[in-house]
Amino acid sequence: MKFLEYQVKERFRAAGIPVPDGRLAKNPDEAALAAGALGSVVVKAQVPAGGRGKAGGIKLARTPLDAKRAAAEILGMTIKGYPVREVWCETAQEILRELYLGLTLDRDARKPVLILSAQGGMDIEEVAQTHPATIAKLHPDPWRGPLAFEVRDLIFRAGLGPLQAQLTPLITKLYALGRTFDALTIEINPLALTRDGGLVAADGKLEIDENAMFRHKDLHGADESDEDPLEAEAKRRKLTYVRLDGSIGVIGNGAGLVMNTLDLVEREGGHAADFLDIGGGAKAEVVHSALELLASDPRVKGILINIFGGITRGDEVAHGIIEASRDLNLKLPLVVRMTGTREEEGRRLLKEAGIPPEASASAAARKIVELAASGGDRPAAAS
Amino acid sequence: MSILLSSQSRVLVQGLTGREGTFHAEQMKAYGTNLVAGVSPGKGGTTHLGVPIFDMVADARRETGADVSGIFVPAPFAADAIMEAAAGGIGLIVCITEGIPLYDMVRARAFVEAAGVRLIGPNCPGLVTAGQGKVGIIPNHINHEGSVGIVSRSGTLTYEVIQGLSQAGLGQTTSVGIGGDPILGLSFSEVLRLFKEDAATRAVVMIGEIGGSDEEAAAESVIGRDFGKPVIGFISGRTAPPGKRMGHAGAIISGNTGTASSKVQALKRAGAEICDTIEEVVAAAAAAVDQPSSAAHR
Repeated sequence: MKFLEYQVKERFRAAGIPVPDGRLAKNPDEAALAAGALGSVVVKAQVPAGGRGKAGGIKLARTPLDAKRAAAEILGMTIKGYPVREVWCETAQEILRELYLGLTLDRDARKPVLILSAQGGMDIEEVAQTHPATIAKLHPDPWRGPLAFEVRDLIFRAGLGPLQAQLTPLITKLYALGRTFDALTIEINPLALTRDGGLVAADGKLEIDENAMFRHKDLHGADESDEDPLEAEAKRRKLTYVRLDGSIGVIGNGAGLVMNTLDLVEREGGHAADFLDIGGGAKAEVVHSALELLASDPRVKGILINIFGGITRGDEVAHGIIEASRDLNLKLPLVVRMTGTREEEGRRLLKEAGIPPEASASAAARKIVELAASGGDRPAAAS
Repeated sequence: MSILLSSQSRVLVQGLTGREGTFHAEQMKAYGTNLVAGVSPGKGGTTHLGVPIFDMVADARRETGADVSGIFVPAPFAADAIMEAAAGGIGLIVCITEGIPLYDMVRARAFVEAAGVRLIGPNCPGLVTAGQGKVGIIPNHINHEGSVGIVSRSGTLTYEVIQGLSQAGLGQTTSVGIGGDPILGLSFSEVLRLFKEDAATRAVVMIGEIGGSDEEAAAESVIGRDFGKPVIGFISGRTAPPGKRMGHAGAIISGNTGTASSKVQALKRAGAEICDTIEEVVAAAAAAVDQPSSAAHR
């Protein structure tokens, strides 16, 4: 789950991490009011995506009229597919220097990692490329968290010794916050050193581990219903779905197998429209639901189903396919490859229903690419 | 010979009385696995699938000599189950459970490491030593005894490879699914080192996927250093776009790390043969075991 900047800053403030004063505005008049109360403000688009500045979604406004104009402009924008519905207006800071502080999980070290850099304000991956020497890392023991001396060492290694007194509590608080919220990523970027010598979180990012959401049922993050409607619908159907750019609908069981199916489609000259994993042990209803979702996508010119039954049973999947193609009155080319548990039964059912399964995944990929190419062109489809 | 699991292994299942645990433990038994106990807190003293149930892993270990545990416990409790197994004296823990919070896993992983215990998974299909035993959910009928070792991050794709090899008359020693999560127990490197030392394994098939840099690390630190056996590599997700999580929590290309081409390049540099399809993997494995193992590697 992702959070909007202002939601992250509310968390920061509650945890004792300094943030600029700010107000949320849903229309230009509210932005003008905010500027009236706060003085010079930065008007910032609230969307769960990076690159807002480059997209023109962040503007400085010195007067309420400026703020009103800026908000009017920004509120009409769409940034990375997200329409801007709210702007955050916060006191403009006189920034001397921009730092970076973040906590994430280091999969290679198999530990959490705190990252501190004297170079902030840009993507940390970019800093790692351009100024690797300014980045210092600390892998705290996941049981006891970072100890004070480890944090000091991190600060000195980042070349930020003079800011040690202010940075130490901030780092400790960020770690505690990240742990409390099961953060995959929690970031202060930039962490601004202001003219008055204070450190303030000028921007923040928080993404919570979906696996841990059972511990955070009360939390409300960014409304991601603006995301791709197909992805949103897939989420409602509890399907693991990723939208891709092609025209071949792909359904399979198991992430590796589905990824491989996409690769096979590509190899045969086609392009997959999606990644859809029905997971292990899927019942007929799940297959039905998956097919229904893909059939609702006008870009899809043909559907390829690739099943290797482990826990998933061939007969169950076959029932789902047969019922769905009947209920949905499916006109699209449909190619099935099925092997594994109860494959004989599944294959027999499919054959009887007039959907003869293919012998191998490669053959199935070849066939669907052919069928989609010949029957899928919209103008020719009428013939 | 084999790695990690043999017919001598004494296997217990944590979560044996649950739906998943029952179904898969039955399959494990049907495969000939030496299932000796189950652990389900509160059900100690009962019997299920013909084996005694204990409240705690330590009790099961003491009473039955169990040394391997398969975990089929729901995600919120699975990290604790892993640690209980490690503290209870189990030598090899295989965690099938998917969806464990990552902070739970980094803690469990540190705990297991401190205890000096091997962990496979989580979010993995487990492992099979062909003809000897299985812990996990790999379908029974596809495995055949032979001389190819398999290590993979995927579940169903592993089944594809096992079945492809078996149908081509090539059996396996041990097939290990290390799991699709970002925080895992055994890495490719660790499993490959075990295959290197296993006399019965004459060639290894390694199934990687996009995300992380475990494949690159294995290429540099193990395969490229006198591995002495042919390695046939396969990477799935070659056409996946960056920044999208492809089903597995671990399968995501972020920035410049985790791309398929980086993995393919590293494996090629290390002397592995990289294949584009499962059919090619099977053919390459067949060619590899046909030759004396020392001559097959460059």
